[in-house]
Amino acid sequence: MGSMLRHIYRLTGKELRSLWADPILLGFIVYVFSVAIYTIATGAKLEVEAARVAVVDEDHSELSRRIAAAMLPPLFRAAEQISPSEIDSAMDSGRYVFVVEIPPQFESDALSGKNPSIQINVDATAMAIAGNGAVDIQNIVLRETAAYLRKDSGTSTTPVNLVMHAKFNPNLNSAWFTSVMQVINNIATLSIILTGAALIRERERGTIEHLLVMPVNPLEIMLSKIIANGAVIVMAALLSLQFMVKGVLGVPIIGSVPLFTLGMVLFMFSVTALGLLLATYARTMPQFGLLAIPVIVILYLLSGASTPIETMPQWLQFVMQFTPNTQFVSFAQGVLYRGAGIDLVWPQLLAMLAIGGVTLGICRVRFAKTISAQD
Amino acid sequence: MTGFAARLTHVTHTYGATHALDDVTLELPAGKMVGLIGPDGVGKSTLLALIAGVRRIQTGEVMALDGDMRDARHRAASAARIAYMPQGLGRNLYPTLSVFENLDFFGRLFGQGTAERKARIAELLSATGLSPFGDRPAGKLSGGMKQKLSLCCALIHDPDLLILDEPTTGVDPLSRRQFWELIDRIRKRRPQMSVLVATAYMEEAERFDWLAALNDGKIIGAGTPAELRAQTKQPTLDAAFIALLPAEMRGDYADVVLPPLPDSGDGYAIEAQNLTCRFGDFTAVDHVNFQIKRGEIFGFLGSNGCGKSTTMKMLTGLLTPSEGEARLFGEVLDASDMATRKRVGYMSQSFSLYAELTVRQNLLLHAQLFELPSAQIPDRVAEMLARFDLADVADARPDGLPLGLRQRLQLAVAVIHRPEVLILDEPTSGVDPVARDSFWRMLIALSRQDGVTIFISTHFMNEAERCDRISLMHAGKVLAVGAPHELVARRGAADLEQTFIAYLEEATGAQRDGEETSLAAPREAAAKLRRFDPARLWAYARRETMEILRDRLRLAFAILGPLVLMLTFGFGISFDVENLTYAVYDQDNTLESRELLESFSGSRYFKQAPDIASAADIDRRLASGELKLVIEVPHGFGRDLLTSKSPEVAVWIDGSMPFRAETIRSYVTGLSQAYLAEQYRRHAMASPASPINIETRFRYNQAFKSVYSIIPGVITLILMLIPAMLTAVGVVREKEVGSISNFRSTPVTATEFLLGKQLPYALLSFFSFVLLLVGAMVIFGVPVRGSWTALVGGALLYVFSTTALGVLFSSFLRTQIAAIFVVAIISIIPAVNFSGLLVPVSSLSQIGRLFGEAFPAAWFQEVSIGAFTKGMGFWMLSPNLLVLFGFGLTYLICAILVLRKQEA
Repeated sequence: MGSMLRHIYRLTGKELRSLWADPILLGFIVYVFSVAIYTIATGAKLEVEAARVAVVDEDHSELSRRIAAAMLPPLFRAAEQISPSEIDSAMDSGRYVFVVEIPPQFESDALSGKNPSIQINVDATAMAIAGNGAVDIQNIVLRETAAYLRKDSGTSTTPVNLVMHAKFNPNLNSAWFTSVMQVINNIATLSIILTGAALIRERERGTIEHLLVMPVNPLEIMLSKIIANGAVIVMAALLSLQFMVKGVLGVPIIGSVPLFTLGMVLFMFSVTALGLLLATYARTMPQFGLLAIPVIVILYLLSGASTPIETMPQWLQFVMQFTPNTQFVSFAQGVLYRGAGIDLVWPQLLAMLAIGGVTLGICRVRFAKTISAQD
Repeated sequence: MTGFAARLTHVTHTYGATHALDDVTLELPAGKMVGLIGPDGVGKSTLLALIAGVRRIQTGEVMALDGDMRDARHRAASAARIAYMPQGLGRNLYPTLSVFENLDFFGRLFGQGTAERKARIAELLSATGLSPFGDRPAGKLSGGMKQKLSLCCALIHDPDLLILDEPTTGVDPLSRRQFWELIDRIRKRRPQMSVLVATAYMEEAERFDWLAALNDGKIIGAGTPAELRAQTKQPTLDAAFIALLPAEMRGDYADVVLPPLPDSGDGYAIEAQNLTCRFGDFTAVDHVNFQIKRGEIFGFLGSNGCGKSTTMKMLTGLLTPSEGEARLFGEVLDASDMATRKRVGYMSQSFSLYAELTVRQNLLLHAQLFELPSAQIPDRVAEMLARFDLADVADARPDGLPLGLRQRLQLAVAVIHRPEVLILDEPTSGVDPVARDSFWRMLIALSRQDGVTIFISTHFMNEAERCDRISLMHAGKVLAVGAPHELVARRGAADLEQTFIAYLEEATGAQRDGEETSLAAPREAAAKLRRFDPARLWAYARRETMEILRDRLRLAFAILGPLVLMLTFGFGISFDVENLTYAVYDQDNTLESRELLESFSGSRYFKQAPDIASAADIDRRLASGELKLVIEVPHGFGRDLLTSKSPEVAVWIDGSMPFRAETIRSYVTGLSQAYLAEQYRRHAMASPASPINIETRFRYNQAFKSVYSIIPGVITLILMLIPAMLTAVGVVREKEVGSISNFRSTPVTATEFLLGKQLPYALLSFFSFVLLLVGAMVIFGVPVRGSWTALVGGALLYVFSTTALGVLFSSFLRTQIAAIFVVAIISIIPAVNFSGLLVPVSSLSQIGRLFGEAFPAAWFQEVSIGAFTKGMGFWMLSPNLLVLFGFGLTYLICAILVLRKQEA
């Protein structure tokens, strides 16, 4: 055991030196944990925020102006006026997701109880915001109309008052979410590529053979790759969390950072093991690249870090439970946003450990097989 | 032609601080066989590369074939007249292509027609005795055959200047002899051809017409072999060369002497009994037997690919024998036994130390891994540095060192743990005579002083003569074992080389190949040279296509990857949030409160979890992530409702994922509106009947199904990632493997090279698009409502631009790892986040939008969704098509500008 630890320690030092010798790689690690986090957190949001709305106002009344003026930030950008003939092209080109059409005589018809219709055109190809945004606009229109008409008819009460609170992120600020999720995605992408490629490189250069004639066993070789690459990425991720997510983006992190770090280390272990496993299925670097890409993108998009896990069919949700990303995303959301303690998130920790252990076990078996295979 | 093939005037070439060539002025005579001799790392390769035009000239003037090699036009014109064969066994060959296909590729590069190529290939193959192996992949040839094939490739266009950089290094004596006979025949046929050869074998140099001896970047002697011998008054060229060296380099040069082996008597160090190794139906090692005494130096000779390396790997435990057994010190070798590994030192054929560690760090790492007591390690490392004369370079990285030094380092690493057995696989291949002699003195000291048993394979006969015993191997079988002089005597041959060749010829039953084949009269190559030649582009495209078609695994990944992605994402990504778990905290528990809550339990969006018991539970269960929504009904809700006191109901939503929270909020709003309407009706309250109607029209996707927006987006995403990855390693791999030298030394231009490498993948990706299109329509039922022309044309231009992006990265990055890494990051981030796949482009921030628009994905996304779902026509989408084409063109032009034809 002692000798195993010593070997791992030595080999890890070697791996770190290899990584250090490649400035392009290091530059990109810095980039993904800083600039990329920032642009994604501030640039891409799934929520209705600053959505572009156009109003076709054929009424030109006080009520129609009032409705148009009520489309306000943060949900919407100030509504732009367009003419009826522009609707099709404006929506085809994707310039606006919502176009509100207010017909002539709208105000007077409403006042005289003729029940006029107002039309909300929604570009349903913009699925992320189409549904929620349409509901938001409906609410605005109803509220404004009611308020306008109520001016003379006095107030009315509703039988029940529904008060909604969003816990953990009261303003539903999406940068809070996206920034941390992007850190997680980066960890997975880097780990898979770096460890997998490191193994393929040793095989292509023949150094792995050299290692295997020494009193070093394959498990030590694999663990040292995991530890070296993992340590660098965990460090980068923690720095990013502190300076980019908390510092620049101002995301309050209420949970325990040590607990999160523990989770990150386990996550790291399981994704780097996955990187190694993929490398045992590829013989050359081009094969590895093609194999890694789909795996990375699936983990990226279906872990619950991009769209809610509840949107997926049951069977897929079940399958995704066996990926480290899904476990870690659920862990991270619990710890960082909801302040969950180890008493609540231990199942995820255990799951990541198990996934990593099993992956590494398969690796160990395949390792011997692939090394002795003659090219 | 004037009297010289090449003339160098004041040429200096440096790599960092080291001078490879130091003010060299030299005229190499034309129409002759000119040899460059000298130790490793003295600038032989650099000199040849400068003459061939594959390396950029730093200072000085190089004239070759009567023109200035600094002039790009002269280089382009002379590319078809020069043939360059780089160092290394078959480094410029394509391993998956057959012998014929390799030659065919080179023929195409030189613009030869089908008939001409066929004739030339047949001729070259029969002249080299390769005819029976026309269909064998180059990667499966033995080293000697690879070199012959490389030579054929170089000769296919009848060059006027043939440049060979150590062509016979690592090649067995028989193949070596055949190789030179072949060159002689070709020279007879084309006497005007000049041949420039760098070599480490002095016995070969002896047969050349004219020699230049190099040392430390300078010419130390030039002339015919006889002149050199006369000048130095030495009997052999070997000795003459050493005499030419400056005094301090000659040092204490003396002949290598092998003291007799003391009779150790006590058993054998290594024994092989019927050792056999099979790969599939190929028997690499066939019932091999030998016994090696302790302290003996046992030489292992044989033709290339005869099973020497495989035998050695079995002795180290890297390979498990299929049959028979290997014993070390009387015990059966157990590969998993760490104690045995500590008794063995192994040096593999290729350099296998870590290039990113310094000499000292490499030694240190190995000392630590072999678990020397840590107190001893510094001394042992220092001892190794001193003993193997590495102290001066202790802090340099091995990749910058000459081969001889690197081999010494490998030996130092192999013996650092004081092994009792050393297994060395061609340790002196490519090492110059002086360095080899010093290497051997170290081996002899290890054997005679430390009693180390040495098992060594070599192609050098003078090394074989220094062994206590040697064995000759061929085709997996041992032909003969014995002391070198015994074998010579047994065979009655003149020397060991003749003995060896005689044994091999007997075993192969081969007569001296090709002797009777007379070569047809030379034809003049078509001398038209075009700036852009579609035939050369086609040569590369064709070769690339064959390579991917043979690489089944890569082809499968390239075709199945997109389909798997489409299926997972098509089913997996949607915005229809359902089955949200919620729980109620009903403090009232009246008929009225249950009625309110029923409206939630009846919804398909929500899934009820067990009720909440206490206020503290709300926080805990939300924090654990179990619940996404909690409805808290206060005491007295029913009473207040009935008395129209407008009771308040609190709804807690898990806000940790804002999108989900927002969706929940709009669901709750909808449900509560329905509930309220019911209450108004029930309590006969003056329902404020809505004064207006709101009609919400979901355009393009009336059913509001995610699949109509996701599938077009997924196609955009896939056609960004996979094609870019396909081409990303294309060029960079050639740089790592070495076949890039064909680009540098043949008339092919950067445009032809890059386009040729890109087009097959663009087509493959387009094929992928067609599969995805069929998948979208058949599996997901997403029809194309708009312009087919725009969609198909757009897809073609899109894959053109994404493959070009991969090519661009491949042209300027240096390692495959970096290429894979950069392409993954650069293509995934904008394609996922900023292309409109999930987030509509119109709601991106300014910076996100710019980021998206800087890559082709956002532009194709509009085409894809426009043509699939929005039913848009060709003219509305045509600007995007133009932009996509612009991207592809820009990437390609950048790649062409970045990729230099000459090496720095």
